Amino acid sequence: MIPISWYLLFSAALFSIGLYGVLARKNAIAILMGIELMLNAVNVNLIAFWRYLSPEKIDGQAFAVIVFATAAAEVAVGLAIFISIYRRRHTVAADEIDLLKW
Amino acid sequence: MSTELLIWLIPLPPLLSFFLIILLTNRNKGISHTLAVGAAALSWIGSMVVIYRAFQMEHLRATPFASSIPWLPTGITWLRIGVLVDPLTAVTLFFVAWTIFMIFIYSVGYHNFGQPKGDHDKAGLPPHGATISDAHGHSHIIPSIEPMYSRFFAFLGLFAFGMYTLVVSDNLLTLFIGWEIMGLCSYLLIGFWYAKPSARAAMIKAFITTRVGDVFMLLGIAYLYASTGSLNYRETIYNPEVLHQLVQTPTGFLGLSAAALIGILLFIGTVGKSAQFPLHVWLPDAMEGPTPVSAMIHAATMVSAGIYLVIRIYPLLAAGMEHGQLTPPMIMMAIIGGFSALFAATIALAQNDIKRVLAYSTISQLGYMIAALGIGAYVAATFHLITHAFFKALLFLGSGSVIHGMEHGVLHTGEHVDPQDMFNMGGLRKKMPITFWTFLIGGLALSGFPIITAGFWSKDEILADAFAHQQWVTFFSLAFGALITAFYTMRQISLTFLGEPRSKSAAHAKETPWTMTVPLIILAVFAIGAGWAGIPRDFPLIGGVIPNWFHEYVGHSLIEAPETIQFNFIPLLTSLIVSIGGLGLGWIVYKQIGAGVPDPMQQLLGPVYKVLKNKYYVDEFYNKVFVQPAQWFAETFTYLWIDRKVIDGFLHWIAYVAGIIGNAFRNYIDKPIVNGFGDWVAETTKKLGSALRPIQSGRIQQYMILALVSIAAFTALFYYLLVYVR
Repeated sequence: MIPISWYLLFSAALFSIGLYGVLARKNAIAILMGIELMLNAVNVNLIAFWRYLSPEKIDGQAFAVIVFATAAAEVAVGLAIFISIYRRRHTVAADEIDLLKW
Repeated sequence: MSTELLIWLIPLPPLLSFFLIILLTNRNKGISHTLAVGAAALSWIGSMVVIYRAFQMEHLRATPFASSIPWLPTGITWLRIGVLVDPLTAVTLFFVAWTIFMIFIYSVGYHNFGQPKGDHDKAGLPPHGATISDAHGHSHIIPSIEPMYSRFFAFLGLFAFGMYTLVVSDNLLTLFIGWEIMGLCSYLLIGFWYAKPSARAAMIKAFITTRVGDVFMLLGIAYLYASTGSLNYRETIYNPEVLHQLVQTPTGFLGLSAAALIGILLFIGTVGKSAQFPLHVWLPDAMEGPTPVSAMIHAATMVSAGIYLVIRIYPLLAAGMEHGQLTPPMIMMAIIGGFSALFAATIALAQNDIKRVLAYSTISQLGYMIAALGIGAYVAATFHLITHAFFKALLFLGSGSVIHGMEHGVLHTGEHVDPQDMFNMGGLRKKMPITFWTFLIGGLALSGFPIITAGFWSKDEILADAFAHQQWVTFFSLAFGALITAFYTMRQISLTFLGEPRSKSAAHAKETPWTMTVPLIILAVFAIGAGWAGIPRDFPLIGGVIPNWFHEYVGHSLIEAPETIQFNFIPLLTSLIVSIGGLGLGWIVYKQIGAGVPDPMQQLLGPVYKVLKNKYYVDEFYNKVFVQPAQWFAETFTYLWIDRKVIDGFLHWIAYVAGIIGNAFRNYIDKPIVNGFGDWVAETTKKLGSALRPIQSGRIQQYMILALVSIAAFTALFYYLLVYVR
């Protein structure tokens, strides 16, 4: 059986890539994609721990399913917001979306 | 209906009519006067039934109609109020009911009911007349209806309630309440035409002058209550034991007994109400009111109520009288009454206003009654009270009728003359025959024309009493007063009705409507007939033909009926001489006065005439001694000195000091400390805000980096704390 540390390392790497994407990419769509990566890294973690710590129960899987649902909802809302912003301001660059500043 | 219940009900209809008129029917003149006259009629019927039953009673003195209810709790006992009809009340109720009822009817005509509205009449002023055009196209000015007709009847109703309450009550408290209600109505009705400044002044004068008396009267009532614990007549004034005890109690005031002091205090109330010297000044001015008011309030009922009070408390006034020695209150009454009788009669000589002559005559006649009571002539005073009420009401209503006729003439001719000045009249006997004959009867009764008039019998009885009790000063002043009375009465009759008209208005005067003449005729009947009830038994020729019912009946109101005095020719001759003599002199002097001729008395009396004309300058004297000092006190002393200087000064000083303290607080505490701290908090917050503002860039990625850095920093911190520090 593959040791759990591998999964964790993989998950951490995936999370870091996602985080980097969120922080570094200008394109809002890319930021959303980064967020997806981070969420899925969490899912990998959940599943890994479930498998190693309490495979007889389904709690880890249930969590993972809830995270999927949340991620789907979040993407739907996020994309809708970006489309709306694009229509008004003709851009999806995160730098230029600074309406919330002082 | 039981008699007691009926007595309770007598005062109520006029009160009810008062409220109904002011609350509901004020706009409708017809309904209003129907209500008021109807209420007066109901009270009249009730009074007549009660009087009839009272006359049927054998021993009304011992067992009067009386009933009472507990009214005010006073400590452990109750103050009871109730009604009482004894012989005195019965005869008083008789003239009160008749005169009030007649005057209510008269008022309908006097205020021109049925006439059109005036062209430019205003509320608060007498009507000025209305223009109408007849069938031939000529326009005439005729009298117009009083603008505040309903209000007048409402006040009359309230007044009638007060008078009936006063008469039927069995204690001094409800008597006082009725007394004050009448005082209020007198005030309101004197000032009925309130837009006239003279009427306003007169109403205030009347109210304040009578108030002087009322305050003393209230003191007397309070004293009586404090000494005996009751205000009921039969428990106090008609109770020999209580009287004896009051006579024995010294007061330490001028050596008077409690009975004498209470009597004097109550009598001062009468001096105010019945307009005796020195509080007589209000009554002549009260003639500013409409004539029915003068007749009812200021001749027949309210001023008579003052006399009624003295008659009612007579046992108290006479308490302690031994061997014909007069008590202090009686001496005071004899002096004041005798003086007022003579004093007012002389003033009446020089007055030209038809109503003012009657007003002074009223003061004079009331003085007769007071003087009669002062010398102990209880029955004679009561008798004169009743006959006087009838003939003086008659005279006033007659004068109102004359004025009304004259006003018709004034409106018709458009002449500018005073319709009340007798020197503008003359010859009215042909124009106004009913008024003339009834006025003549009233005038003869006032002068005491022998045998046929009521005034003769009552006045003669007073003189006879004074003679029999050997009160010479009173006797002569009253006899001389009677001479003057006869003289000015004849002057009035001659100037008004005889001779030729002295103005175009008098030539065009017109007889008044039946609502005014019928009351005149009825009162004229009483002005003659009321005297027959009291003809002395041993009067020559006609004595004993009609029993001297009055003496028997009213005399028994007292605990001991007064004895009949011996008949004597001297007072009889005196009263014959003064009456006929005065009338004759008046006739000689005034039978033919042409237009524009001055009063013959002016030459006869010289400077005295001027003094009389100016009423002995009493008004001027009071003005100097009471009114002006009071005004000075109010304007200069109280207002300028006390109010403006002392009180205002003190207040301004307080305000000044408070201002200084306030400024100090503001400059040294509020501004630097409180404001400073508040400003510092705000400034600091603001600075902090602008310092932190740049990090809020609105760029989501910067926030996230910041969050990441923070998390890393906190993680490092916790790691350090958890691993190394512990």
